[in-house]
Amino acid sequence: MSEPVLEIRRLSVDYGLGDSAVRAVREVDLTLHRGEVLGLAGESGSGKSTLAYGLTRLLPPPGVISGGQVLYHPVDGPPVDVLTLSPAQLRAFRWAETSIVFQGAMNSLNPVHKISTQLVDVIRAHQPGLSRPARLARARDLLRLVGISADRLDSYPHQLSGGMRQRVMIGMALALEPQVVIMDEPTTALDVVMQRQILSQLAELRERLGFAVLFITHDLSLLVEFSDRIAIMYGGRIVEQAPAAQLYGAALHPYTDGLLHSFPALRGPRRELTGIPGSPPDLRAMPDGCAFHPRCPRALAPCDSRLPTLGPPADDPGRAVACWLHPADEVVAR
Amino acid sequence: MTFLLRRLAFYLFTAWAALTINFFIPRMIPGDPVKSLVSRFQGQLSTDAIHSLYVLFGLDSDDSLWDQYVDYWRQLAHGDLGLSFTAFPSPVSEVIGDALPWTLILVGVTTAVSFVLGTGLGVLAGWRRGSWVDGLLPVTTFLSSVPYFWLGLVAIAVLAGPGSFFPSSGGYEPGLVPALDSIFLGSAVQHSLLPAATILISSMSGWILSMRNMMVTVAAEDYITVAHAKGLPERRVAMSYAARNALLPNVAGFALSLGLIVGGTLLVEIVFSYPGLGFLLFRAVSAKDYPLMQGIFLVITLSVLVANLLADVVYLFLDPRTRKEG
Repeated sequence: MSEPVLEIRRLSVDYGLGDSAVRAVREVDLTLHRGEVLGLAGESGSGKSTLAYGLTRLLPPPGVISGGQVLYHPVDGPPVDVLTLSPAQLRAFRWAETSIVFQGAMNSLNPVHKISTQLVDVIRAHQPGLSRPARLARARDLLRLVGISADRLDSYPHQLSGGMRQRVMIGMALALEPQVVIMDEPTTALDVVMQRQILSQLAELRERLGFAVLFITHDLSLLVEFSDRIAIMYGGRIVEQAPAAQLYGAALHPYTDGLLHSFPALRGPRRELTGIPGSPPDLRAMPDGCAFHPRCPRALAPCDSRLPTLGPPADDPGRAVACWLHPADEVVAR
Repeated sequence: MTFLLRRLAFYLFTAWAALTINFFIPRMIPGDPVKSLVSRFQGQLSTDAIHSLYVLFGLDSDDSLWDQYVDYWRQLAHGDLGLSFTAFPSPVSEVIGDALPWTLILVGVTTAVSFVLGTGLGVLAGWRRGSWVDGLLPVTTFLSSVPYFWLGLVAIAVLAGPGSFFPSSGGYEPGLVPALDSIFLGSAVQHSLLPAATILISSMSGWILSMRNMMVTVAAEDYITVAHAKGLPERRVAMSYAARNALLPNVAGFALSLGLIVGGTLLVEIVFSYPGLGFLLFRAVSAKDYPLMQGIFLVITLSVLVANLLADVVYLFLDPRTRKEG
């Protein structure tokens, strides 16, 4: 596997301060390697988006990062901790190194500015030396990159369809050729045909430009096809992490298994859909031990008292799981 | 463009309707207002003036209603609004013409200043939510709930008086002849300070409050998060993304308040005996000067319509979503 580009170490995010704080992300360890697509899946409220906002320091108040490190490895030079950057450094880091495509495809563009203005202003902010014609030429290139004709540059967002808007956002995310693109449910608001088109385009662009993608979605079926590795989040923690094919073929964590049996397979033999009984945990009152044990069909004795750590199971060092069914050999983080 | 033409047609129609209603209202007044007026003026009216009163009130019995209507429009086209009773024999248009600049300048300038200041403070308060600017909000809310005229009365009671710098009434020193020289202008400015401050204080807080609330709403929009994520300078996010969008409702409100400049501050003008249109209307009403009232209503109606048109045009420029093609 190639070298890491983004390392999240024991990242915790709280909403609120003091005793009433809700811990939405709990000591998450996650590594994104150069050029890979890492899928992050989980139910609503499992902390996926909070994780993405946290690692880019875009958390709206009352969200606060209560601990951890986010190490970014530039192409050349020593790694930097994103969480300790000064405001000016952070501004320079944003978009140039890590860009984001947000959940709300419809509302990510400012309705009163032309597409060109919004593409150009990010280029101008990060590459002030570039002349105006050069910036516009770059903006045209970006639109062409995502399959939109360059004369759309003078359009306003409301004159574009939802799919086109999300493509513009993807083009914008690639404007400064970042190493990492975070995609937070980028296709959720679109119909399935448009989802497919955008995803295949994204796969092609990644092939060509070589950026790494952290792809966040609740749609595990999308990830199985599209990503190299998949991490599953539950109750603010990563509960399982494995290469996509292995995770799909043989899920170790009962929660992953439940997720996989919550949607029909696109190919292969027919399976019975079972879903997961119960509802997601209340983050204000998390159960002791494994957060999933009240819903788990295979809960054991230690599940309700001791928290399983994330680590490779005995027989396979290439993946990691946090479950007493597959106790980790040793406590190896990451 | 089509949109603008459609709006223009709509406003022309509204103006026509308003003028027509203006024509009919005096004709519905029971009795013969002219006779009572003639007796009140005890023969000081010339026969010409009496005739024009009859035409104005639609009591010109020789003509059909249609002919009167045509005649009314012809008079209007020449800017002839009839003769004022109270300022007899000056024509109404001249009386209004004398009063209008006072109101336009006093209220126009204060409205513009209060909009600019209030919106600016609102942007600041909304963007830096939780800072010291938020401490202003209860004060401004309190001030915005105080009526103009009451604030004016308090200002007169506290600040004006014998020997004070602030005069308590009038638009300029009695005895001065209105002219564009430094003595007259200085006096006019001195007389306008208290009314202007009164209007400013009580109207500015409304702008602060609405702008701040819009800023807070807009700051939660996705495109603001995107702008932050793009690493744009804070100033650009605040101005070009947040304030630019939050401004829209305030601008519409501003254009509408422009329409109310002409008649909206009647009470302030009465309190300060300011020689503007509001004070004139007050005097016209108490003297039952129908032609003058009619003329003032006409001016107010037209200015509201023009302000609405202006609001449409400005909105067209500011919000691309209102520009429909085709």
